[in-house]
Amino acid sequence: MNVDDSTLILGIETSCDETASALVMGGYDVVSSVVSTQVDLHAEFGGVVPEVASRAHLETLSPIVARTIVEAGVDESRIDAVACTVGPGLVGALLIGVSAAKALALSWDVPFIGVNHMEAHLYAGFLEDRSLEFPLLVLLVSGGHTMLVEMRGHGDYRLVGQTIDDAAGEAFDKVARFLDLGYPGGPAIDAAARAGDPTAIDFPRAMLDRKGDGRHDFSFSGLKTAVVNHVRAHPDVSSDDVAASFQAAVVDVLVTKARRAAAEVGATGIVLGGGVAANSLLRAELVRACEADGLASFVPSRAMCTDNAAMIAAAGWQRLRTDGPTALSVGASPNLPLVV
Amino acid sequence: MLILGIETATERVSVAIGGHEGVLALFEVTRGRRHAETLVPAVEFVCAQAQVELDEIGVIAVDVGPGLFTGMRVGLAAAKSFSQALRVPMIGISSLDLLAFPNRHTERVIVPVIDARRSEVFSSMYLPVPGGVQQVATPSVGTVEELIADLLARSQDVLCVGDGARRYRDEINDGFRCEFGGDVHPSAATLVELAHARALREEWVNGWELEPIYLRAPDATINWSTRAARR
Ligand SMILES: [Zn+2]
Repeated sequence: MNVDDSTLILGIETSCDETASALVMGGYDVVSSVVSTQVDLHAEFGGVVPEVASRAHLETLSPIVARTIVEAGVDESRIDAVACTVGPGLVGALLIGVSAAKALALSWDVPFIGVNHMEAHLYAGFLEDRSLEFPLLVLLVSGGHTMLVEMRGHGDYRLVGQTIDDAAGEAFDKVARFLDLGYPGGPAIDAAARAGDPTAIDFPRAMLDRKGDGRHDFSFSGLKTAVVNHVRAHPDVSSDDVAASFQAAVVDVLVTKARRAAAEVGATGIVLGGGVAANSLLRAELVRACEADGLASFVPSRAMCTDNAAMIAAAGWQRLRTDGPTALSVGASPNLPLVV
Repeated sequence: MLILGIETATERVSVAIGGHEGVLALFEVTRGRRHAETLVPAVEFVCAQAQVELDEIGVIAVDVGPGLFTGMRVGLAAAKSFSQALRVPMIGISSLDLLAFPNRHTERVIVPVIDARRSEVFSSMYLPVPGGVQQVATPSVGTVEELIADLLARSQDVLCVGDGARRYRDEINDGFRCEFGGDVHPSAATLVELAHARALREEWVNGWELEPIYLRAPDATINWSTRAARR
């Protein structure tokens, strides 16, 4: 099929705790995008509960898709393909979107496109700035991932570095939980840190001095342990100071490693993506570092950093152009890697 | 009126198309538990074999459980989307009804028992009535021991059916002598037959109104230490 500027793709995303759908035209123009977050459902548990997530996706998805089509003001017969996240993510949650998307595609007699959720995060930046030039260095930070990706062209990636233990977002959640700051941890730490002193405690910056293979990798579990040990040793320490010092350590490591990797691969700029990209200190520090290094920086809006389906439709458009449709016999791949 | 039936509440994936002529096409696979991979291609297959275009379908029927949550939701998510895209109503039928109905020619109390994992079963009780079966016990989830206690309390002749009855056959027989039926998994053929009768009476709902029967609260145990708890 001819995939061009007028190709209208319905994107569907159910890999974690957001149920989302969107219509994107020509890979770049977001016609409509609807996101329903389950954050309140999971807040009382302090983390995403897979069974709770799956139940909510099943209940919410059809109405969300209907709203996406109504808000776009297009007839559904105009939809040229259905793209959906097939992984990575929670298997039970992924299966809701995959099953629904395949049924929609078969009913409308249009192609189905299985999309890699992490690849879609790479495309979120392009939805707001088409002028981004390859090669790019993408810093992807979310509750499940922390990775540095060299993007050499559409569909052409190289994993430069990744976390060897906890994801950055996971560390935020665990520390916020430990400090009783609430859930989700990212915004909670961000808010508490504003009232705290980021230099109060000198938390470790893990793996900053590592050379050779793995020099671009991350580790956050030691930092989490350092926070727990510090608070136990100093029971009266201010939670705001701990939050600010912890956040400063995480951001320092992320930004330092991203700029080193960008220099090494000769990137024209650094793109930020993933849910943790909503962190205000990270956004500010990344922009400052890029300015200092003469690199372009691209920090997508918070709505585009967090999980959404517009990025799924955008990545789906690229995949449909290069690889064509995905077979309807595909399932969910909870551990799907970004680079095969 | 043509009905597309989708059944994924147990290990089996079953898809059927039927109407006033009965079942026109049926696809079933009871091995592998690859529900999401199998289901939509199976719908494509039965349509092609029955020479039915999807837009000729008038109602989507689906098993709403109880059953294995992940598989059951694959069927429900697809069924709701077929209903949405084809703009047709839905009929939801319980897996327990689907197991009881084919056994309506017995004199015994029919007890569908579905494996719920974690040493528990979903079950209910039905009495044969002219033309069908009538549910006489509220569907529940519980241990095999609890089921046996319920059977003893009724002290009637019983026919146990379903994959739970097969799995716990010895335990059930030790506690309460009964017969066991041959139908281990619900079938989309039964689903289409029962749904057709309801469709003639226009007993259907909109896709978004259809809710699964879980019978069990979500397992939600995340035990993270907190500063307060450690003090
Ligand atoms: Zn994500």
